[in-house]
Amino acid sequence: MTSRRVFLKNGAFTLVSLGFAPAFLARTAYAAGRSGRPKQLIAIFQRGAVDGLSVVVPFGESEYYRVRPSIAIPRPNGGEGAAVDLDGFFGFNPRLQPLKPFWDARQLALVHACGSPDSTRSHFDAQDYMETATPGVKSTSDGWLNRYLQARANPTTPFRAVALTQQLPRMLQGTAPALAVNQLGQFGIRAGRASETVGASFEAEYADAADRVLNGTGREAFDAIKMLKAADPSSYQAANGAEYPRSPFGQALKQIAQLTKSNVGLEIAFADVGGWDTHVNQGAGQGQLATRLDDFARSIAALVTDLGDRMEDTVVLTMSEFGRAVSENGNRGTDHGHGNAMIVIGGGVRGGHVYGKWPGLSVDRRYEGRDLAVTTDFRDVFGEIVVRHLGVADARPIFPGYAAQPAKFPGLFA
Amino acid sequence: MRKFLVLTLALCLLPGPLSPGLSASPMVSTGGAAADSDRAIVHVLNRIGFGPRPGDVEKVRTMGLDRYLELQRHPDRISDAAMIARLSELTTIGMSSREIAGKFALPALEAQRERKRNAKDDSPQTPRRKDPEQERASRVMLELSEQKMLRAIYSERQLQEVLTDFWFNHFNVDARKGPDRFMLTEYERETIRPHVLGKFRDLLEATAKSPAMLFYLDNWMSASPNGPDISSREMTMNRRGIARVRPQQQGTNAPRSGALGVPAERVRGAGAPGVNKGLNENYGRELMELHTLGVDGGYTQKDVTEVARAFTGWTIENPRQGGGFMFNPRLHDTGEKVVLGHRLKSGGGISDGEQVLDILARHPSTARFIATKLARRFVSDTPPASLVDRAAARFRDTNGDLREVTRTILTSPEFLSPDAYRAKIKTPLEFVASAVRATSAEVRDASLLVRTMQQLGMPLYQCQPPTGYKDTADAWVNTGALVNRMNFAVSLTNNQLRGVSVTTALVGDDPQPVPRSLVGDDLSDSTRATIAKATTPQQMAALTLGSPEFQRR
Repeated sequence: MTSRRVFLKNGAFTLVSLGFAPAFLARTAYAAGRSGRPKQLIAIFQRGAVDGLSVVVPFGESEYYRVRPSIAIPRPNGGEGAAVDLDGFFGFNPRLQPLKPFWDARQLALVHACGSPDSTRSHFDAQDYMETATPGVKSTSDGWLNRYLQARANPTTPFRAVALTQQLPRMLQGTAPALAVNQLGQFGIRAGRASETVGASFEAEYADAADRVLNGTGREAFDAIKMLKAADPSSYQAANGAEYPRSPFGQALKQIAQLTKSNVGLEIAFADVGGWDTHVNQGAGQGQLATRLDDFARSIAALVTDLGDRMEDTVVLTMSEFGRAVSENGNRGTDHGHGNAMIVIGGGVRGGHVYGKWPGLSVDRRYEGRDLAVTTDFRDVFGEIVVRHLGVADARPIFPGYAAQPAKFPGLFA
Repeated sequence: MRKFLVLTLALCLLPGPLSPGLSASPMVSTGGAAADSDRAIVHVLNRIGFGPRPGDVEKVRTMGLDRYLELQRHPDRISDAAMIARLSELTTIGMSSREIAGKFALPALEAQRERKRNAKDDSPQTPRRKDPEQERASRVMLELSEQKMLRAIYSERQLQEVLTDFWFNHFNVDARKGPDRFMLTEYERETIRPHVLGKFRDLLEATAKSPAMLFYLDNWMSASPNGPDISSREMTMNRRGIARVRPQQQGTNAPRSGALGVPAERVRGAGAPGVNKGLNENYGRELMELHTLGVDGGYTQKDVTEVARAFTGWTIENPRQGGGFMFNPRLHDTGEKVVLGHRLKSGGGISDGEQVLDILARHPSTARFIATKLARRFVSDTPPASLVDRAAARFRDTNGDLREVTRTILTSPEFLSPDAYRAKIKTPLEFVASAVRATSAEVRDASLLVRTMQQLGMPLYQCQPPTGYKDTADAWVNTGALVNRMNFAVSLTNNQLRGVSVTTALVGDDPQPVPRSLVGDDLSDSTRATIAKATTPQQMAALTLGSPEFQRR
């Protein structure tokens, strides 16, 4: 497999070794056959509402430049900090350059003007709705990723669903087992020098327990500890020259790659990253948002590069609770808005395309006169991934109260 | 010395075996004169409180279980001076929301505003830096949480603490929504706690009029969609009021990470044209689904809308400044409403909402829903229908007298039946509090116990959905949380939690197998054998607190 190497250096995309395109990048490869590995979804939540208009820039709209005098990303070839042209109308924020090779290789798709039918501009409520996938209904007890786990009777391993967060995110909460673990290396019984003996004693207690519930979960817990120990997180080396930023987000993604490659049955992975709530001094090609995007893009690029041909079975999906207002505010920032952009990367993705109907930015086309309108319900993106990538036949139980029908899917997958 | 700990832990578990012949009879005879079995006493201490401390079983045995239960139902008759003294350093827990806003919330907002103003364009570290005012403000939530933990551990009024936790959770408000984190101190103290053994109708109205709930479920901004020009004067005034104290949102790095110091979020709709006009059904829906009737309680979407219309105008004087409840007639929908078949005449004003509360509090579905939840808390995840029936009947007969409903459950044969024994998995709060109580640990600083709650998946006052935390085993038994419980047991017994010290009784020097007679038969043979192999008292204690048996109550 040494021929299947991809790495990114200085934003350039380089194939090394024998000159073969890696399987992940060779479209024919997926059509040809399946790896036999489980399908995997890596969900990334940008908490705080990222400004999608600065991420996937509609540089073809003059209105964009009219209402964002100090924070617009310049048109491609517009000098310092200019947008990276994608399709003649949309461009990447220059800090997303590390992801451009995946766009070029048609592995990365974008869905713009995507979001919730609910009008809330509360981070709190909107995140809740995106995680439960029941906009407007607050009392939903579980998250949609957990409902996916419930819907599929796939083999259960302790690592089937893992959030690289301190607490289980709402999206993964529910009756199906899911694990929240901040640092893989710290998962286990910690009793100093006695860790081993104390751990073994606890294991014995639970292994022999007549208590069915605790016995089962206890066994799972100690299985998980052993699997991790065998995987030896501390010695992990990223493949294909991938370089993860040392940021918490970069390290979270690195651990996801590591779990994936440990073959512990990881099906759903989750990570989140904050810092997007740019009401003040948002910046453009440089500045607060650009700095956050730099970490964001380099981390994801490292993950995709590191996973290499495993990306055939993987989809990376990014989301944020809502977008930001079309016009900049009085503090060279942006206030809470509505529609936003999502990024979808993966082997089976029909990439190199911006999906969704573009509603336009002129005042009469905006939502409530101020925000990017939503033309794609986020549940149609989730639904398509669940059906066409993860292979669920009937997505209705996962999206209660919503007809997740293929006719409405954006068409991200063939 | 070591025996002391072992004995302690033993008593927190089961003192006697369940022989098949006995399993059909209650754990305790109902005749007050008969000696109560230690097993029954342990059961009661685990259910109406946060588990036994050393000496508790003996105390209750002397007093008699019936008398103990009766006293617990009248917390005002129990002196709690020692616990109150432990709270003396938590200076914010007695403050009003207005005071908290003035001393903490507003300065923090001001500082944040200032910081933003000075933010350099390319300084990603800026939002991450700890701001002293933010730090100060985060004390409010931390102290409230420490208070809850200390009360669970030390209060003599154990039933009151259990019920305060139960009813807060029933009327859940998440601290992370906007200024709610500055409202919960008053909410728990004034809205929930005084009513937990009172009339349900009073508790319901107290929550309906609480700024915390009005904000959390958005009713404060719900307005008649066809009323007078509500967008102009009143809401503009509101918006301006908000804008003055909080013109902008801060950038955050981990807004939902569960940290207590999560920045306040922008008031929804503030400054946004068009969004304050109109009905918000959120409270109307949850009021029926979660607070009263239950999801199958027999209401329709039409009822939700009608209830929401009835509550238009129930708002907050000024949410960012700790203001109280206010009825604003300009936001109110004055038309006629029909709620669950009852006609509310037009022009009812504030009485519309009050009538709705009457209707809901009297509804048989409410009696049943509340009875079921209480029985689930005290008896089992699937409480016997016979008990729920009687508790619901008591609710109806007494007009929702919660002391009486609670009494019906706690004096029922179902409550003391062998089926109920150890039928419940402890929630993380019950686990942490019971472990600290079992070891007689001295808590000088509860902040690490509060942090433990996050690791165990139950951050205090931060339950996101209005449903509150679940009260069934499936919510709390998962691999990550279980490993964290074991690790907590290790840290606690090894005195690794700063501010919490386990009694020196632990530091024995005579390790020996744990005598069966002291540990009791609640621990399985295997667990006992495993504990016996441990080489230090600390390890023995850790293996007891982290055992499968100790995860149940």
